[in-house]
Amino acid sequence: MKIRLLKDKVIGTGMLTFSILSVSMVLLIGIGLYWRSLPILQNYSVWELISADTWRPLKGSFGFFPFIMGTLWVTGMSIVIAIPLCLLTAIYLSEYAPTRFKSIFLPMINMLAGIPPVIYGVWGVFFVVPIVQRYIAPFFVDFSTGFTVLAGSVVLAVMIFPLIVSIVVEVLQTIPKELREASLSLGATKWETIKKVILRKAMPGIIAAVVLAVSRAFGETIAVLMVCGNVPISPKSIFDPAYPLPALLANNFGEMMSVPLYDAALMFSALLLFVIILIFNVISRMILQKISIRNA
Amino acid sequence: MRRRKIEEFIFKGLMIASTVVVGLSLFLIIGTVVVKGLPYLNWDMLTKTPDGGYYFGRSGGVLNAIIGSVYIAGGATVLGMIISLPVSIYLNIYLKKENRFARLAKLSFDVLFGIPSIVYGAFAFSLMVYLGVRASLLGGVIAVTLLVIPIMVRTLDEVIIQVPKELKEAVLSLGTTRWEMAKIYFRQIRAGLLTAVLLAFGRGVGDVAAVMFTAGFSDNIPTSLNEPAATLPLAIFFQLSSPIPEVQGRAYASALILSIFILIIVTLSTLLTNKRRKNS
Repeated sequence: MKIRLLKDKVIGTGMLTFSILSVSMVLLIGIGLYWRSLPILQNYSVWELISADTWRPLKGSFGFFPFIMGTLWVTGMSIVIAIPLCLLTAIYLSEYAPTRFKSIFLPMINMLAGIPPVIYGVWGVFFVVPIVQRYIAPFFVDFSTGFTVLAGSVVLAVMIFPLIVSIVVEVLQTIPKELREASLSLGATKWETIKKVILRKAMPGIIAAVVLAVSRAFGETIAVLMVCGNVPISPKSIFDPAYPLPALLANNFGEMMSVPLYDAALMFSALLLFVIILIFNVISRMILQKISIRNA
Repeated sequence: MRRRKIEEFIFKGLMIASTVVVGLSLFLIIGTVVVKGLPYLNWDMLTKTPDGGYYFGRSGGVLNAIIGSVYIAGGATVLGMIISLPVSIYLNIYLKKENRFARLAKLSFDVLFGIPSIVYGAFAFSLMVYLGVRASLLGGVIAVTLLVIPIMVRTLDEVIIQVPKELKEAVLSLGTTRWEMAKIYFRQIRAGLLTAVLLAFGRGVGDVAAVMFTAGFSDNIPTSLNEPAATLPLAIFFQLSSPIPEVQGRAYASALILSIFILIIVTLSTLLTNKRRKNS
């Protein structure tokens, strides 16, 4: 009898140790990145780093402003493209579409979510960039290589489609049938019910989905690296190239060791990404946990 | 009255249009890769390592990258499972649902799931510097393991939750310890374990930002943990940035190989999940 209890205890303690270790990974990542970026934080204030706009590591000027703006432009545009498309799709799937269609479409969307980022990048280079260069940019600007904010945000938008659609469909399905029936019985059309009852009720979940999508777009690396052009100047329009933070990190990691502070500067950009995405994720997960959705 | 109907009609049209756009994007991506990659796909791509001058258009293939990816993703999946399985058993079976630590832990894994792979790459790289490990197969495995742990824990969570609660109560009421109960659960979740393995493996094979600085790149198939290893996504990236059309074509062919690989994995895991949901 005692041996059984002892076994239970010993194994339990072992598993608890594993759990604590892996949970503390959040902290460890934060501490690790902070520790590695200390050299630059001792020389410049955080505000100096994120507001200065010249990036010349060899001369010791580390301005992250162009990269932050690049990230904001690309992420912002991708959200602008994705939100209306995804919301309409999700509403259609959950309210109008026949069940059979839904049961084919959702796994398909799931497949889209599984495609690796580098494939999106390949698609961007071959498909999106030339279209922007030849058919869209000429209407607005004199010359464009196609490697622009617009190309990056189209690729990112497609990448976050599955995330938003699947969460919003799930959110819409948690809304009680009685609400719909009450509204319909008052003479509202189906669309009016959706607009005035369902969407209003689903708002927290939709916001959580969007915040989650923003943070996904924020940290996406290889696909944006391949299509955004990577010029370290703040973009002025969607037809300018951009150089988002993750791309900066990915492009320079190998060669950074020899230049003083360069390594710390890049680690600082990783820390910046980590902190922003951490905050976004905690917010949206708390909302989603509250409405008990967790499969996203 | 008519305005209301017209508004509904317009929005319904917009919804169908959006659904078509979203659905089409999948086919557009796969279509692009197939159309561009198929003409360059040949047996050599799959069975040979790059010959001298491969990156200038000479003969060879990407076997080094295929094997490298499989090694890294495989190693990370095994390590990840060794860590994730005890964690999710502990959180779901040892602890009660309302337990504060369990809830905090689940939130952390959700958050870790959202952390981009480039951050894992950067963190693993600092870890390697600290431990004195060079860019190698081992480094890649470490980085990808960190990346797949949250994926596996979350998948296992979902699987364990689906086991009927009555089982837990019935078993406990017979006077078993929690560990004995965990062993009984284990039999129920075997199919779910496979789903977790597939998802983690797929992510590990497809990811590039985490292995970029941790695994290095090499034209040879690694023979030990200390040697640098090529990965398929990174091979695609390098070949695509070449100005030589032949090499670019091979990038598309490599992308096709990767896509087929991933689609098989995703399809398998979807089928498994559907089967499980039907059973429960």
